[in-house]
Amino acid sequence: MSLAQTDKYYLPQPSLWPIIGSVALLTMAVGGVMTMHEINHGLWVLLAGLAVLFFMMFGWFGEVIRDSEAGRYNKQVDSSYRWSMSWFIFSEVMFFAAFFGALFYTRVLSVPWLGESDTMQQLWPTFKAAWPTAGPGLTADGLKFTPMEAWGIPAINTLLLLSSGVTVTWAHWGLKKNNRMQLILGLGMTVTLGVVFLCLQAYEYHHAYTEMGLTLGAGVYGATFFMLTGFHGFHVLVGTTMLIVMLLRSIAGHFTAEHHFAFEAVSWYWHFVDVVWVLLFILVYWLI
Amino acid sequence: MSDAAHAHDDHGHHAHPTGIMRWLTTTNHKDIGSLYLWFSLIMLFTAGSMALLIRSELFEPGMQLMHPDFFNQLTTMHGLIMIFGVIMPAFTGFANWQVPLMIGAPDMAFPRMNNWSFWLLPVAGIMLLGSFWLPGGAVAGGWTMYPPLFIQGGVSYDLTILAVHIMGLSSIMGSINIITTILNMRAPGLTLMKMPMFVWTWLITAYLLIATMPVLAGAVTMLLTDRNFGTHFFNAAGGGDPVMFQHIFWFFGHPEVYILILPAFGIVSQIIPTFSRKPLFGYASMVYATASIAILSFTVWAHHMFAVGMPVAAQLFFMFSTMLIAVPTGVKVFNWVATMWKGSLTFETPMLFAIAFVCLFTIGGFSGLVLAMAPVDIQLQDTYYVVAHFHYVLVSGALFSIFAGIYYWLPKWTGHMYNETLGKTHFWLSVIGMNIVFFPMHFLGLAGMPRRIPDYALQFTEFNQIATVGAFIFGFSQLVFLVLVLKTIKGGAKASDQVWEGAQGLEWTVPSPAPYHTFETAPVVK
Repeated sequence: MSLAQTDKYYLPQPSLWPIIGSVALLTMAVGGVMTMHEINHGLWVLLAGLAVLFFMMFGWFGEVIRDSEAGRYNKQVDSSYRWSMSWFIFSEVMFFAAFFGALFYTRVLSVPWLGESDTMQQLWPTFKAAWPTAGPGLTADGLKFTPMEAWGIPAINTLLLLSSGVTVTWAHWGLKKNNRMQLILGLGMTVTLGVVFLCLQAYEYHHAYTEMGLTLGAGVYGATFFMLTGFHGFHVLVGTTMLIVMLLRSIAGHFTAEHHFAFEAVSWYWHFVDVVWVLLFILVYWLI
Repeated sequence: MSDAAHAHDDHGHHAHPTGIMRWLTTTNHKDIGSLYLWFSLIMLFTAGSMALLIRSELFEPGMQLMHPDFFNQLTTMHGLIMIFGVIMPAFTGFANWQVPLMIGAPDMAFPRMNNWSFWLLPVAGIMLLGSFWLPGGAVAGGWTMYPPLFIQGGVSYDLTILAVHIMGLSSIMGSINIITTILNMRAPGLTLMKMPMFVWTWLITAYLLIATMPVLAGAVTMLLTDRNFGTHFFNAAGGGDPVMFQHIFWFFGHPEVYILILPAFGIVSQIIPTFSRKPLFGYASMVYATASIAILSFTVWAHHMFAVGMPVAAQLFFMFSTMLIAVPTGVKVFNWVATMWKGSLTFETPMLFAIAFVCLFTIGGFSGLVLAMAPVDIQLQDTYYVVAHFHYVLVSGALFSIFAGIYYWLPKWTGHMYNETLGKTHFWLSVIGMNIVFFPMHFLGLAGMPRRIPDYALQFTEFNQIATVGAFIFGFSQLVFLVLVLKTIKGGAKASDQVWEGAQGLEWTVPSPAPYHTFETAPVVK
């Protein structure tokens, strides 16, 4: 595969994909609201929107891959992709910061306040303002839960994700040495680790819901626990999907030792997801 | 191999779709810039009509025209649409048109994503405006979406949350595009410290957007799950705290007000030197002031919450950090004045709006300083003083800078000069009307009239009536602007490439109107 460098910045032709994406998101939003308000067929509308979104992503990303493989992206375009991926990951950092901020605020400030004021003492005299908590009202109503223990599945998951950071780097070394076998093997291992992580997390969630009384509704502990680990899990799912695409593209002979930013972008993303997990492990699972 | 593949796949410069398909599929920064600006203008008239309905109800005490809940829907939607549908898209429209022209780039870095950033906005617009016709009407909980009220609303509240998600997506993609274009596609020789101020302000604005929009997305996601999926983020019974929403929201919300004003600073910093026929005074200090404002904007959010309760140390911190922002802002105002000092001034419409901006925005800045003082703010919280303050900043600030920018660059975009008489008519009607609406609101607020209330005590009547008369003058004078823009697009005196005698910068080196593709080969800047 030859990747010619052109001196002009590549400007794509008019494209239908963005407007298809807009239709998809509108359909999904309407379907989502219908589902949440239990209006008939809401779920079908939501799924239809999702199907259109997947169609758009296949088409759009496919076009980008074809452009790239045809050698239309010169060094400057490559540099644009690098800048944009960095800023995208920064935006993701800020998204997680909102939820980590919520965790910090409740643990350090607002839950202790619930135990301090006289009003609260009058309302819920038996309430002990200590983390983890489901809050004074829910506890008084008899809600009981067991917090998630760090040194079981979460510790194993930490090991899995940290190892996957190593394997994806090993795959990258393979790509840079033009060693296809090492690239494919490394990516395959990374994908496997990601999938095993997701399976273990699914098991953990199931266990929490069925046996520990730990649900999304279990007060602010349950809310922060599931929202933080849930959004992280969703990012692992997206990351794994992207890694699978990279694996398939590697098998199809895409990328060269010099020109493979798609691969690097995915590995940046994967390392980001990894770092978020380490923070989660320490702040959500371990320090309770 | 590569040549063959290239010849096979390259469809060349022909086969551009026409009609509606041109606008739906366009990947051209000028087309997309125009789309943003038209969208913004349509939304200006939409949300402006809501404002006139609000002012009509407030013409007299007592309930005249509408149900109080509909009044609340109007104030909420007026705020949401003016911020997310008018000011932000207008500035993004300017960025699309001007950033590539001013830095000598052939287009934005990601033309397809640029298209999507725009076409997400009508989706959000449909969701927001469509909710007026849903059971329970549109959102009535205020644009700030505070729980617990926001948790209790109906279908349209969920629709609004998702619309905010989509607008955030649009802003993040748009900002990544702008920031990448500025960092990676400047013409050779155009170093960062040679960039036009408008480009600088957008670079910093884009950074603010990427940093804060995801935080807003997080905040409204928590609202969504509190509403529909049984979480207790904002419910004390479950260990949460409704005030936490305010902290997260304003962590977004305060940088957001700088998102709404920094590009305005940029536009004014282009216009004042042109009509003063002098370079911008203190360029480097302008850059550093802009950056300082952006950094400080992350440390002041709780000044929106003095009345809600917080430790005294926190009140002091947020009070002083807020006042600190007056320093870089003052640097800017002094620099604009110093640019005009001993300049060969002429007063074409863009310059008139720019000067009005400097004067009236400063009034808004000063009332902001008054509100920054915690003891004063606790008195003035949620009164019309706050309404007066932020309308001076956003109408005579952000909106006037948008008008100034339109008059300034319209000849470059259309190839025609606008009608100066109409332009000046628009300016004087706007500036007088705007002051009649909003200046009396200071007095109303100081006298204790609360905001977001459809009825009021008798003693507030006169000032409210004056404000309503001003609102109709201001509102209907925007029709002059609409006529002017349409006339300029259709015809008018031919604009030269340079357009303005004192104008500097790459955008004035291309023909008027700017051709569909510009700077396909980068110019060299010395």
